[in-house]
Amino acid sequence: MSNELTSPENEVTGHDVAPADAPAVSAPGTAGLAGFLGSGLGRNLGLIIALLLLCAVGFATAGDRFASADNVLTILRLGSVIGVVSIGMTFVICGGGIDLSVGAIVALSSVWATTLATQTMAENVHWVVMVFTAIAVGAGCGLINGVLVAYGRVAPFIATLAMLAGARGLAEIIAQRRTQIIRDRDFITFFGGDVLGIPVLVIIFVLVSVFGWVLLNRTTFGRRTLAIGGNAEAARLAGIQVRRQTAMLYILLGIACGIAAVMIMARTTTGTSTHGQLYELDAIAAVVIGGTLLSGGRGTIVGTVLGVLIFTTLTNVFTLNNLDTSTQAVAKGVIIIAAVLLQQRVAERHRSSG
Amino acid sequence: MSAQGRANGSPLLHMTGVVKRFPGVVALGGVDLEVRSGEVHCLLGQNGAGKSTLIKVLAGVHTPDEGHILWNGTEVTFPHPQAAMEHGIATMYQELDLVEGLTVAENIFLGHELSRFGFPRRRATQERAQELLTQLGHPGISPTTEVGGLSAANQQIVSMARALSRDVRLIIMDEPSAVLDSAEVDQLFDVVRELTSAGVAVVYISHRLDEIREIGDRVTVLKDGATVATGLDAKSTPTAELITLMTGRSIEYVFPTREAPDTAATPLLSVEDLGRDGEFHDVSFDVRPGEIVGIAGLVGAGRSEVLETIFGARRAERGRVRVGGTVVPPGSVAKAVAAGIGLAPEERKSQALVLEHSVGDNISLASLPAFSRAGWIDRGAERASSESYASSLEVRPRGVDREMRTLSGGNQQKIVLARWLQRGSRVLLLDEPTRGVDVGARSEIYTLIRTLSEDGCAVVVVSSEIPEVLGLADRVLVMADGAVLHQGPAAELDEHRVLDIILRGEAA
Repeated sequence: MSNELTSPENEVTGHDVAPADAPAVSAPGTAGLAGFLGSGLGRNLGLIIALLLLCAVGFATAGDRFASADNVLTILRLGSVIGVVSIGMTFVICGGGIDLSVGAIVALSSVWATTLATQTMAENVHWVVMVFTAIAVGAGCGLINGVLVAYGRVAPFIATLAMLAGARGLAEIIAQRRTQIIRDRDFITFFGGDVLGIPVLVIIFVLVSVFGWVLLNRTTFGRRTLAIGGNAEAARLAGIQVRRQTAMLYILLGIACGIAAVMIMARTTTGTSTHGQLYELDAIAAVVIGGTLLSGGRGTIVGTVLGVLIFTTLTNVFTLNNLDTSTQAVAKGVIIIAAVLLQQRVAERHRSSG
Repeated sequence: MSAQGRANGSPLLHMTGVVKRFPGVVALGGVDLEVRSGEVHCLLGQNGAGKSTLIKVLAGVHTPDEGHILWNGTEVTFPHPQAAMEHGIATMYQELDLVEGLTVAENIFLGHELSRFGFPRRRATQERAQELLTQLGHPGISPTTEVGGLSAANQQIVSMARALSRDVRLIIMDEPSAVLDSAEVDQLFDVVRELTSAGVAVVYISHRLDEIREIGDRVTVLKDGATVATGLDAKSTPTAELITLMTGRSIEYVFPTREAPDTAATPLLSVEDLGRDGEFHDVSFDVRPGEIVGIAGLVGAGRSEVLETIFGARRAERGRVRVGGTVVPPGSVAKAVAAGIGLAPEERKSQALVLEHSVGDNISLASLPAFSRAGWIDRGAERASSESYASSLEVRPRGVDREMRTLSGGNQQKIVLARWLQRGSRVLLLDEPTRGVDVGARSEIYTLIRTLSEDGCAVVVVSSEIPEVLGLADRVLVMADGAVLHQGPAAELDEHRVLDIILRGEAA
């Protein structure tokens, strides 16, 4: 090796980075608070602390009304529906996309699954028909989004904005702006019930979260999703079928919306075109607060779950203190900005220390 | 050709000892340049000789670290582009810097809009634009059309009209003829002659020696960021002398020695009459196992496009690619990868690596199915394999948990190679394998490439650095303007001869 050559000073060479026998675990940025907060565990710990603080505030202001088992189950039940959507949203955002149409898809799925025709068929066969219908409608909408984004090269923002308008409009047409009551008592009993004291809705959220975690962290699907979000061109030139993978992410989120529709149908015993209002904002906020990069490439299911819980708890605490929804909206806005600013700081600190 | 005003022109621009350093590189290490009013002064030099940096210093984009710039005899500095423009220096960049969504007239006056009380004077702008276009011999270009809809040649004209829209004393043209056909080049030269007869100086950059002979007055040759000759007569200086001045770069190349490959073996990679409109045509070559084929040529010759087409990242319009005798379906990276082809692309960071992810994840990106059953990744097996490839390629620092971006250029390149080796690729396409790799780590990459080929891989290497291609490859293709001008054993070529083939633009 020609060391006497005018070797550029700032370029780190393979020779002088570290002794060859340096321990492999000496990853950069582990030192210091910023590095810790930048690591997966540290970031989640920050969210847990935020959640605990929120609970403390809830207990201090509302006392036993907050800390009762009933209230905790209420929080969880509330969070479950938006939680399932947020898990799906985590995948789309990890893959470098965004979906604004989730609320509209939930509404359309709930309406389609509760039409007279569907309910009649469900009576003749089984209430599972309604579940299948909701999920199929969600998957179909997701497919349209995915094809437009991946193959039609429409910007995700635009494609899903169109779906937002279109799906809710279609829901209104089908339902004729009427609220469709679910007549099947077995459906309500099943999804509205408990298993060992835990609401079925919460169990569904837990199952979806576990499934999402495994899918993102332990499978080729998840790895490819992160690779596409991190550098789509590199993924393409590594032989990954970027377009197909991207389309699948939107379909996955569509299915999550279908499941969420079933859950909201069970909770309200109705299907209506007004279900899922502003779900897109709540889901994106939960994902971003959870620590998933909006630009893609890095994401965490645990963070998303914590983000959902923080948001739902916040709503609960506000409601218990008789603060109106407008105040809640302002507080949510502030929290989103604070979380993102903090996240950026940590990311920058992490980068410069690396 | 009008010669008045040239012969005894006093220097309009006089640069002495200009030095520009970037972190880790000295881009300009002492450039002298003297340009007179009314002359066409040509800049010659290989890729990386410092021409682009020099232009940017003149345009006020880069501020030099040392040296003096005299403008009409007075010392000046150009701290920002506006300052250079105010002195009457206009630049036509190679990558056109027009705003596609704006009209021709709006582009021409971008940055110095004709306005009254902040409102654009649309009519006056259009009239003035029309005058400029007419002066350039293109009254047909409408000032109200959007630039995005114009041909490359017409965009070039708009770019020139923009340069002339100011009170200009010196125009820098960076390879203006690259996008033009011969009739358009003639037109360009008419404009240049008109300008110089009016006393405007032109700094003209081109790799085509015939153009320099036709339009140029004097030549300055750059090599390794320094002036090696200045004030040469553009008409009479022998080609051989110019080439000699450009070659023999001071970078030292250390190549491992090796045995000649088995020329009787069946080719592993066969490229037959490959072509894409406007990029390259009739490219044919074979690579045998254990053989390294190099493609030499200047930036823009179509080399990277050839590699990307073989790899399926661009769809072949003509011809075909075979690996081990089987035709690889065109236009599909996945199928090319499945056929055993791997590409280390030119822009490593943007095209090959996910910088925020771990080294291990980057290595295994192309091989995930090999480590998974029903989509479930066996992380132990994945990790063990990636670690073994990283350590056999001597990636430093060791370990696969680091974030990708913390590795140096040379080690990042090793990760890209490790990816394809893990995938089992037998055909490796390496585009500028040592770009961004410092001198010390280069020979390591060279040795690695040699080892891979000795292990039976078919390797194709593209590089702008001619000595690198000659030192690494067994056989060399010389490309210019999308055509293969020469194909033959590396041993029969030297840098001088390759440059000669490229600059003359014909098979010698």
